[in-house]
Amino acid sequence: MLRQSIENLGSRTIQGVWRIGFATRFFLAVLLHSGTAFRRFGLTIRELYFTGVLSLIIILVSGLFVGMVLGLQGYETLQTYGAEESLGILVALSLVRELGPVVAALLFASRAGSAITAEIGLMKATEQLSAMEMMAVDPIARVVAPRFWAGVISMPLLAALFSAMGIFGGYLVGVQLIGVDEGAFWSQMKSAVDFEEDILNGVIKSVVFGVAITAIALFEGYDAPPTAEGVSGATTRTVVTSSLVVLALDFVLTAFMFRGIS
Amino acid sequence: MQHDNLVEIEDVAFGYGARPVLKGINLTARRGQVIAIMGSSGCGKTTLLRLIGGQIKPGQGKVRVAGESVGELDTAGLYRLRRKMGMLFQFGALFTDISVFDNVAFQLREHTELPEDAIRDLVLMKLHAVGLRGAAHLMPSELSGGMARRVALARAIALDPMLVMYDEPFAGLDPISLGVTGNLIRRLTDTLGLTSLVVTHDVQESLKIVDYVYFVSEGVIVAEGTATEIRNSDLPYVHQFVHGEADGPVPFHYPAPPYADDLRLGGQGA
Repeated sequence: MLRQSIENLGSRTIQGVWRIGFATRFFLAVLLHSGTAFRRFGLTIRELYFTGVLSLIIILVSGLFVGMVLGLQGYETLQTYGAEESLGILVALSLVRELGPVVAALLFASRAGSAITAEIGLMKATEQLSAMEMMAVDPIARVVAPRFWAGVISMPLLAALFSAMGIFGGYLVGVQLIGVDEGAFWSQMKSAVDFEEDILNGVIKSVVFGVAITAIALFEGYDAPPTAEGVSGATTRTVVTSSLVVLALDFVLTAFMFRGIS
Repeated sequence: MQHDNLVEIEDVAFGYGARPVLKGINLTARRGQVIAIMGSSGCGKTTLLRLIGGQIKPGQGKVRVAGESVGELDTAGLYRLRRKMGMLFQFGALFTDISVFDNVAFQLREHTELPEDAIRDLVLMKLHAVGLRGAAHLMPSELSGGMARRVALARAIALDPMLVMYDEPFAGLDPISLGVTGNLIRRLTDTLGLTSLVVTHDVQESLKIVDYVYFVSEGVIVAEGTATEIRNSDLPYVHQFVHGEADGPVPFHYPAPPYADDLRLGGQGA
C-alpha cells in the first residue's frame, strides 16, 4: 500500500517534470519558427480576427459594466470623505493598473484561449496536423506560431479597450447619472494618471498575460490526447491553468511595478 | 541511378514504449505497382506507413524510400523527401476551415511560386481526375465521407508525388464509393506512374486492384503474394482473413482466465 503510494507519487512527479520540459521545448520551438508568422503576416492577421475581433463584444460589454459598478461603488465610498470629485482617478487607476489587464485576460482565456485549444486539439484528433507534416509543412510554423503572435498582439489591445469602455462606464454612472462634476472627473483623472507608471505598466502586464494565455492554450491543444474526452479536458485545463497563472503573474508584476509608488 | 524498388523495408522493428508493434518486417514496393498491406486492426499497418513517412523512426532496421534511409534524414531532408510523397489519411484529414479548392491548392501555395492562375488550373485538373471539379467551392463539412476521401486524394497528388500511401481508404464507404475509390487508386497509379501503398483490411475490394499483397500479423509478415496467390492460399491465417471467418489463427476471444474461474463455478466446467 505504502509502496504503491510512493510509486504513484514518483510516477506523477516524473510525468509533471516531463510535461514542463515538453512545454518549454514547445514554447522555444514556437519562438524559433515564428518567421512564417511575420513573413506571411496574412496568416497572423487571419488569427487576429478570430482571437481579437471576435472577443470584442464580450470585452467591451464587460468593460462597460465593470466601469459602471466602479462608478457606483467608488462614489459611495468617496462621498463619505467628501472626495467624490476624485471618482475619475479611482475609476481610471483601478482599470488601467489592475482590472483592465486582469479581467480582460480572464475573459480572453475563457473566450479565445479555450477556442484555440479546442481548434488545435481537434486538428490533431482529425489528423490535420499529421497531414500537414506529411505535406512537408511544419505545423508549428504554419498553425501554431501565427496563433501565438495573434494572441500576444490582441491581448494588450483588448485590455486597452476594456479600460476605455470601463472609464466610459464610470463616466456614465458618476457624471451623467449621479451628477459628479464633469470637469473635475476628467481633469483629476488626467492629472493623476501617469503614462509611464500606470498606463505603460498596465500594457506590459497585458502583454505578459497574452504570452502566458496563448502559450498555455496552444500547448494544451497540441498535447491533447486525440479523443473527444482528451480535447474537452485540455480545453478545461487551458481556462483553469491560464486563469490561475494570470492571477499569480499579476501579483508578481504588481509587486515589482508599484511597490515604490504612492 | 533509379532503383527498381521505390520502398525497401529491411528487418524493421518498432514498439510504443515496452509494447512491440513490429518485430522484423521485410517489404519492398516496386515502382508503378499498387501494393496492399493487410492485417487485422491493431497489427501495426498504420505504424508501417508512419515509418515510411518518417513520422516515427524504427528501433531497428532500415526504411528506404527512393534509396534514402528515412530514419537517418534530418528535418530538412525529411521534408524534401515528403514533397515527393502523398498520403491519404483514413478520414481524409482535410483542413476544415478552408474550401475544397484551397485544400487541394495548399501544397502548391506552400511549396511553389506558381501564379494563382496556374494554381487554379492545376487544382481543377486534380479535382477533375477524382470527379469533383464541380465541388471545388464546397467546404469539407458539406462533403460525404467518400467525397472527402476523393478530395484528400486530389490533395495528395497535387505535387505529382512518386509515392502515395493510403491509410484504410475503404473504411466506412458505401459500395459505390468503395468501387470508385478502388478504381481511382488503380487508374491514378497507372496514369501518373505512381507507386501506391494501400493499408487496408478490405480484402475483396483491394484484391481487385492490387499487384502484390503483404499480410501482417503480430508484428511480422506472415504471407505475401499476388492477388491470385492470396485468393488461392491455404495458409490458415490468410484463409481466415480472406473468407472473414470469426475464429482461427486470430482467435475470437481475447486472452482471459478460464471461463469457469471467472464465473466462480468452483471448478465445474462452463
